[in-house]
Amino acid sequence: MKKMAIDDTLKKLTEAYGPSGEEEEVRLLIKEMIGSSADNLYEDRTGNLYAIKNGGSGRVMVSAHMDEIGIIIIDVDKQGFLRLAPLGGISPHLLVGQRLRFKDGSTGTVYHEKLNSWKELDWPKLYLDIGLKGCAPDDCPVKIGDLACLDQPLVKQHNGRLMAKAMDDRAGCAVLIEVIKRLSGDLPHEVCFLFSVQEELGLRGAKTAAYRYDPDYGLAVDVTLVGDTPESPTMAVSLGKGPAVKVRDSSLFCHPQVRKLIIDLADENSIPYQLEVLTRGGTDAGAIHVTREGVPSGAISIPCRYVHSPSEIIDGKDLEMTVLLVEKLVQSCWPQIGGSSLQ
Amino acid sequence: MLKQLSNLDGISGREDLVRSHLLECLKDTPHEITVDSMGNLLVKKGKTISEQLMLSAHMDEVGLTITAIDKKGMLKFCPVGGIDTRILPGLRVRFGADRMPGVIGVKPIHLQKKNEQQKPFDPETLYIDAGFSSEEEACRWANVGDYVAFDVDCISIGTDCYRGKAFDNRAGCMILLKLLLEDNKLNFCAAFTVQEEVGTRGALIAAYNLKPHFALVVETTAAADTPDNEKKVAGTVLGAGPAISIMDRSIMVSPQARGNLVALAEKQSLPFQFRRFTGAGTEGGAIAHSGEGVETAVVSVPCRYIHSPNSIISMWDINNTLNLARAWLEKHQ
Amino acid sequence: MKDQMLIDIVMDLTSISGISGHESAAVEKAAVYFNRYCDEIKLDRFGNLVALKKADRDAEKKFTLALVAHIDEIGAVVTKIEPGGFLRFAPVGGIDPRVLPGQAVVVHGKSNYDGVIGATAPHLLTEKERNKTVPIDRLFIDTGHSYNYVFDHIKVGDPISLSRKTCYMKEGKMLTGKALDNRAGMSSLILCAAELTGLHHQVDICFIASLQEEVGLRGAITAAYGLNPDLAVAVDVTHGDLSGVDEQHTFRLGQGPVIAVGPNFHPVLSEHLQDIAKEYNISRQVEAIPGNSHTDAWAIQVSREGIPTGLVSIPLRYMHSTVEMVAVADLVSAGRLLAWLASGMKSAFIGRLKGC
Repeated sequence: MKKMAIDDTLKKLTEAYGPSGEEEEVRLLIKEMIGSSADNLYEDRTGNLYAIKNGGSGRVMVSAHMDEIGIIIIDVDKQGFLRLAPLGGISPHLLVGQRLRFKDGSTGTVYHEKLNSWKELDWPKLYLDIGLKGCAPDDCPVKIGDLACLDQPLVKQHNGRLMAKAMDDRAGCAVLIEVIKRLSGDLPHEVCFLFSVQEELGLRGAKTAAYRYDPDYGLAVDVTLVGDTPESPTMAVSLGKGPAVKVRDSSLFCHPQVRKLIIDLADENSIPYQLEVLTRGGTDAGAIHVTREGVPSGAISIPCRYVHSPSEIIDGKDLEMTVLLVEKLVQSCWPQIGGSSLQ
Repeated sequence: MLKQLSNLDGISGREDLVRSHLLECLKDTPHEITVDSMGNLLVKKGKTISEQLMLSAHMDEVGLTITAIDKKGMLKFCPVGGIDTRILPGLRVRFGADRMPGVIGVKPIHLQKKNEQQKPFDPETLYIDAGFSSEEEACRWANVGDYVAFDVDCISIGTDCYRGKAFDNRAGCMILLKLLLEDNKLNFCAAFTVQEEVGTRGALIAAYNLKPHFALVVETTAAADTPDNEKKVAGTVLGAGPAISIMDRSIMVSPQARGNLVALAEKQSLPFQFRRFTGAGTEGGAIAHSGEGVETAVVSVPCRYIHSPNSIISMWDINNTLNLARAWLEKHQ
Repeated sequence: MKDQMLIDIVMDLTSISGISGHESAAVEKAAVYFNRYCDEIKLDRFGNLVALKKADRDAEKKFTLALVAHIDEIGAVVTKIEPGGFLRFAPVGGIDPRVLPGQAVVVHGKSNYDGVIGATAPHLLTEKERNKTVPIDRLFIDTGHSYNYVFDHIKVGDPISLSRKTCYMKEGKMLTGKALDNRAGMSSLILCAAELTGLHHQVDICFIASLQEEVGLRGAITAAYGLNPDLAVAVDVTHGDLSGVDEQHTFRLGQGPVIAVGPNFHPVLSEHLQDIAKEYNISRQVEAIPGNSHTDAWAIQVSREGIPTGLVSIPLRYMHSTVEMVAVADLVSAGRLLAWLASGMKSAFIGRLKGC
């Protein structure tokens, strides 16, 4: 019963429209899903959503980002073809022939001008066709500055695998929502579940949210790459072997005591886990951990194939185990970390 | 006013002359003025809540700095801020506090090898010749770390246009200055910032200090309405009015902030265009993501040949950008 | 402090591993030294070492001068354990992959394990292979242990340090080894602290050993925010002279510490450092840095409402290799320069820094 609920949550979330800078639809969906399970629910002016669960002293910020990669329209030509620029780390190669969707539902495909070789493929050579026949600038359903995201439904594969666009990081959001709904009783610390904006543009939402909330500890729940596909970059993380406990990525070194807490809890609760070292890529914890005087932070990652493509694949069991691990984490006492005398 | 501002030398890290000039212009006003440790000039007009509304324009310009003095008395240098090094050969410059003249010499055509002209000069081989005949003589007049500016005088040109250096961003400074000197009843804080060209540095601490609720960055941006650039959808056009930013490398301007500016322009029948280039950073990001976040918009005056010794800008665009900035301030009072 | 004592400190500090993100052992070592000369020592929330030497009791007003040197060094972390017990790794900080094949390393797992970054014997390579650089993710470490042993004792994420014992080259009075970036700077700070015990000073001095500079100035960001000093000087290394590189980018070893000028530094402070060097006959060089100095100074300058910052660098050859080289005289001069800076600092000067 629980499994179907989270799959359903994930389907709604991944299929929603939410490119970096326009996360409104996802935010509304999340608020609806959380319902009255949070003790306090509010937004800030950049669009970050804060879901608070009361607890004892000390504040823990658990973050997942609502935004996904996408594109921004920079020109509408006379015949109605749209020119694009990237929003976040999206590669022009993965867009050719792909379907993109706007906030109003307009859908189109990306194609390229004549190329002499694939090496020439770059943003100026791409355009988006949503079926316009040419329109006056004021009359056009799509304007300069409009954003679009990938358009794919979530599908179930063999072996409990789930494939969708925007697993990065709607999977993380789904985990947080599920944990919020399951929590009952007193928590040792106050927990702020942060649904952040603009992570794909440089961890921007988390930066201001962490400054505002001023947590004592931080935890990011995001996806990470895997090393179990043909000739993949070196990574010791695979699908189906449990959540990955992040050691480091290019945005942070997870605090060793936070990492130890996560691993101890995983061992105590027989939750399988893997260790993750990501050489290129960052997450919200990177912004949180250098806020003000520093915030000891860690991260738990959901192993994911083909990140930043229209078909990101995760393992359903990994997702469940991540929910369990995060749930145990927010129910535990975090160790005293912070300034100490060395005399 | 633009000519005076353009001719002042104020390279990132040494904006003193620009700041002194602005202080001089503001000396008879009742505004509250502070200068912080990096040299940002913050001017508050109106009541105390004025810091909730921030206007920002950077005082610094791109230029060069002396990195070494060689045995022959030639001055080695490197760029400060983003400069296309291909504009350097054959330049006249001035350096140091005394504004001594120098040239970036070039090998005469007569002495060049065949096909040498096909490739740009290697910037590592360039140096400034100030006429010194030895290292000792050079050391008496020049120091490692001296700033070097383009030796250019601003003139009016064409129809209502100007040619000169540093319109990026003295045009922005001029707009802020006019709004401060005008007889309007607006409350706001004008931040004349430093070191934008080396990483929007001054804006970081100015925003932290003011903690505004709303901010508008007044900048200049590249115009690409010249031959062979037609396909470059990303450039702006001279004479089409202020360019409203959608997104740049530092900031995703919120649809709300952007929409506000567009609505204001339309309501007051002001011309405008979009800055469709999504690359290159501005102070927008530094301000928008400081503290708990600030709703920030960016508007720019189109400028041809930006970051070169002789840019071209239209006073018509500057005035319309001024009008749009004023409208923005009025709306947020 | 005698030269030999300084040399011993450098040898001691470089004998320990402290790669970015795993600096605790190095921090403990530095703490032992600062404890001798400072009044209070603690770790801040991020883990940076903050050692406070209080102003003379008759000082009129409380000002804080921060002297910052990063304690982390470049290294690597284990990314995967391959069949046969070989370890794949990823760099921590900027490393040229070409210096790695054949390099001795230490893997810090349950215990410390010596190893080597495997280099295929030339006999087995084709001409084409020999002319290409092996990218870091195709290199591997051999500890001589079996897969099972490695699996039980070493984990993904464990830090790896480069192995090299520091050597004192007597004739040239140079030191060579690994991690002189930035244990050289750290040693100068310790010397500075020692020199100050014999001098009066009217400002509180905070010696900071910052973490994770090599991966993004992270320690400096949080230390500056937490301490909020009135001014700060970072001590780091800069490129020493070597053939094949234009002289305008390098500095002579043995010609004194390098004082930086440029947008990253408060002009009054940079000039003051040069004046002190002149006054006390300390040889010095000047470096014009046009933008990002890629040192802790870059982060400190824009903390909160801004902190006037300076930078003193020690010329160092072959940066980010295990054959880094510095001149002992430069370390001593840097430490003395900072001691004179601190002891001569008056509140009037600090006032000049605040409003440009």
